[in-house]
Amino acid sequence: MSAFLTYLLNGLAVGCAIALIASGLVAIHRVTGVVNFAQGTFAVVAGLCTSSLLGLGFPHGLSELAAVLAAAVAGLLTGLAAIGKRGTTPLSALIVTLGVGVLAYAVEIVLWGDQPRSAPGLAGSMIVAGARIQTQHLLVIGVTTATFVLLALFFGRTYLGKALTACASNPYAARVVGIDVRKMGLLAFALGGLLGGIAGVLVTPLRPISFDTDVTLIVNGFAAAVFGALTRPVVTLIGALLLGVAETMAAGYGYGSHQLEVALGLMLVVMIVQAGRRSVISLEST
Amino acid sequence: MIDVKDLVVSYGTATALDHLTLTVGRGEMVALLGPNGAGKSTLANTLAGLLKPTSGTVRSDGRVALIPEGRQLFPDLSVADNLALGGWRSGQRDPSLVYDLLPRLAELAGRRAGVLSGGEQQMVAFGRAMMSRPDVLVVDELSLGLAPTVTADLAAHLTALNSEQGLTVLLIEQNARLAFELCRRAYVLESGRLVTEGECAVLADDPRVASAYLGGAIT
Repeated sequence: MSAFLTYLLNGLAVGCAIALIASGLVAIHRVTGVVNFAQGTFAVVAGLCTSSLLGLGFPHGLSELAAVLAAAVAGLLTGLAAIGKRGTTPLSALIVTLGVGVLAYAVEIVLWGDQPRSAPGLAGSMIVAGARIQTQHLLVIGVTTATFVLLALFFGRTYLGKALTACASNPYAARVVGIDVRKMGLLAFALGGLLGGIAGVLVTPLRPISFDTDVTLIVNGFAAAVFGALTRPVVTLIGALLLGVAETMAAGYGYGSHQLEVALGLMLVVMIVQAGRRSVISLEST
Repeated sequence: MIDVKDLVVSYGTATALDHLTLTVGRGEMVALLGPNGAGKSTLANTLAGLLKPTSGTVRSDGRVALIPEGRQLFPDLSVADNLALGGWRSGQRDPSLVYDLLPRLAELAGRRAGVLSGGEQQMVAFGRAMMSRPDVLVVDELSLGLAPTVTADLAAHLTALNSEQGLTVLLIEQNARLAFELCRRAYVLESGRLVTEGECAVLADDPRVASAYLGGAIT
């Protein structure tokens, strides 16, 4: 029973990290219609930056903050490349984000090499309801909870957040009232970078990060985002938590190397189910 | 004031507005009539700065606000939020002036815009446009899909704003009867070209105008 609880809590922590990646994907897709395949890159950039800054002797907190800001800048630059030119279609922008991801490999290898890097996090573990959980996992859960609360307040209470929601809801109407939808799209990319960066600094102490870790991160994040139809943040969060728990259970009771297959399998099932639902909706509306 | 001279707007190779010239004087309320596909909404979007002219000029005095065809609200946001975002350009987020003008909106403030009736949604679109404190208001199909009583109520507000506050209005309508009731002058557009213009009282008696609204061409 304690093993089950341990896997469950660890799974929730893994799910939280996935949720941060996925919510970045959703934030960008809602406002711009673009599926950002460079989302995992933001986490990698933040993870590698944290590792370097801590290695250079910068203190915890400042290093993580600087790394998250670097990821936000990476998000903004990706946005400029993807939607900076007026009239770029979401499909063209998707291809650009793939290109940015590949370009990022080269930059990361030049700056950090091709070997995995890690960073020290919170040491030790705690007993929760008889289950042992690493303190870093609790930190991941706590920071993710705080981030989602702040996101809800930002989108629900602030003028800027409502303007972003307006762009997602009706881009034409947003333009009618004078909102620059392209600038809002760039802001969404920066926000996506920020969220990816938070995931990166939280995950790096738990697992080494290298230039190509973005593949695992984006597959997991995309699976959760697809669960939320790339538009619904709360459903995406639920999907991410389910995925994190399923992967951890698979690793705990089966083989650790099957984690990615679990994510891919779940993503495939969700996509097939949702494609079926869309077909029914289209048939009913005709 | 609106001053459009020799305006051409194209979508790729298709010309939506073909050398259009029209004027709306300061404080005037003028109607623009025409069948579907005449280019009315293209003109509305160009006046609002959403489309760029291919050639020709568009000038207006002060701030232009658009009430777009089909209301085009933010359905997931509340009425109050829709109104507040209407003040994006002006920086005016306090809807109290709009509530004074349209008291019903104060009652609906907390409701999601997407669940309102067509008339209520048009009222929100009206209020949202007024939040930008416009000098010129372009109304694209005020009466579309609304009950006559609702249309009459909104038209009364529009007339009051025009006559009492000097708001310049370009009323784009397919409902010629309504347009002729509210405006002194009108332009008639077809296939992107101005085909006739004049006093509404004269145009109302022109059989060619009636035929245009039945889908026939003005010859």
